Amino acid sequence: MLYIKCPHCGMRSQNEFAYGGDASIKRPELNIKISDQDWDNFVYNRKSLRGKHLELWQHLLGCRQWIKVERDTATHEIFKTLKANENI
Amino acid sequence: MQKYSIFNLIKNAFSGHQNWDLAWKDATPKKEYDVVIIGGGGHGLATAYYLAKEHNITNVAIIEKGWLGGGNMGRNTTIIRSNYMYDDNAMFSEFGMDLWRKMSQDLNYNVMFSPRGIINLAHSDAQMNIFTRRGNSMRLNGIDAVLLNREEVKKIIPMADFSDNVRFPIFGGLMQPSAGTARHDAVAWGYARQADSMGVDIIQNCEVTGFDVSSGKINGVRTSRGDIKVKKIGLCVAGSTNILAEKLNMTIPVETHLLQACVSEPVKPVLDKVVTFGAGHFYISQSDKGEMVMGGDLDGYNSYAQRGNLPTLQHVLTEGVAMMPFLSKLKILRTWGGIMDMSMDGSPIIDKTHIEGLYLNCGWCYGGFKATPASGWTFAHTIAQDRVHKLNAGYSLNRFSTGHLLDEKGLGTKTWIS
Repeated sequence: MLYIKCPHCGMRSQNEFAYGGDASIKRPELNIKISDQDWDNFVYNRKSLRGKHLELWQHLLGCRQWIKVERDTATHEIFKTLKANENI
Repeated sequence: MQKYSIFNLIKNAFSGHQNWDLAWKDATPKKEYDVVIIGGGGHGLATAYYLAKEHNITNVAIIEKGWLGGGNMGRNTTIIRSNYMYDDNAMFSEFGMDLWRKMSQDLNYNVMFSPRGIINLAHSDAQMNIFTRRGNSMRLNGIDAVLLNREEVKKIIPMADFSDNVRFPIFGGLMQPSAGTARHDAVAWGYARQADSMGVDIIQNCEVTGFDVSSGKINGVRTSRGDIKVKKIGLCVAGSTNILAEKLNMTIPVETHLLQACVSEPVKPVLDKVVTFGAGHFYISQSDKGEMVMGGDLDGYNSYAQRGNLPTLQHVLTEGVAMMPFLSKLKILRTWGGIMDMSMDGSPIIDKTHIEGLYLNCGWCYGGFKATPASGWTFAHTIAQDRVHKLNAGYSLNRFSTGHLLDEKGLGTKTWIS
């Protein structure tokens, strides 16, 4: 069982959360020329590395806020949780 | 190589089975090879075997970080099937079914292929319609498919819940009678033994630390046991694809996720089919030892842990109990996890890359085991001829940018309903 500290609600079990994937992926800016490769990288291509991984989770069965979690993908250790608009 | 046969078995019995040849030798890396396959799992071993057998390329090394067949080859639920609707998936996996049927003879190794049939259960009229369509598509592609109504399913698997007050009543099912299971370790060992006998070096405990790439061409691979000069490299590393892609400065449409499976304590024969639950994600079969082999959803977040968490297992087994209530009486004997190379559309990638001499085989999601022979065969063709075969033409790396996705099941890296 993972325990995730929601920055709004405190420590809760993983059962209350839904996973949202890599938080470092940025949608390309609108109104500028965007190459196919940029779209590809945004929609499909992922690093998905072993080790520290910054990711999005949603506290679906709690405050329903999206949050950022820094977690180790090999040990599942959670180092830090942040509000969605905060940066590490 | 010593042939495995009843006569050799009797002959060796006289010497107390002390004089059998080793199935494969423990090779040390040479300085140079024609082809290096990274990953000593089923796909890597099969690739090396078909390179030697079909293309006469025997100066080949398989490099494996751990031990042979110790990754997903030793962690799957051994299901073999070709019940796909899309042409690309259907033709590829039906070609594989043919290789499965001949495998024990071909490899001179009993892989215990058991074509016992698979039933996908349907739990609504709409699902029956979808299964009818898929079954018809399969039959048009020459794959056997039988649509079963509720009564027919009840005759085959009476232990499933056919009572009136269930949340997901069984309306019927789609059966592929020729699908089945096989002994997973034997597949790895059989391919390894034959590949070794044709001159392939199987190098275990050898980690890839980097690649020698210059002006867009592969020149070699760096390993924990020395540098190797080579012009062609095939990546068959499943859950470690993202790690090696990073060493090649590539980002690929694959995420690495965790999938669990488990077996119950052994019981007397009760289930002679592979059965999948249609209202969730759960599959079950009974092993020759009597254990109920079960699996289901991904844990749902990026992971390299090779061990799972309880909530997902609990969720999966709840589905199992809903489908077959007797499972609630069984104790779980073992659970384990493997790391999946989840592609973004749920279909694999077997293709060349932008680096000359680098070939990619990944994105197998939940379905890598059944694809072992077909994947090895087509990947060997792609490496040897430097072009894709028509069987794996649909499994291209650039389909994500061109929009030709093979999103047959609407599955990918995310468990969308969670």
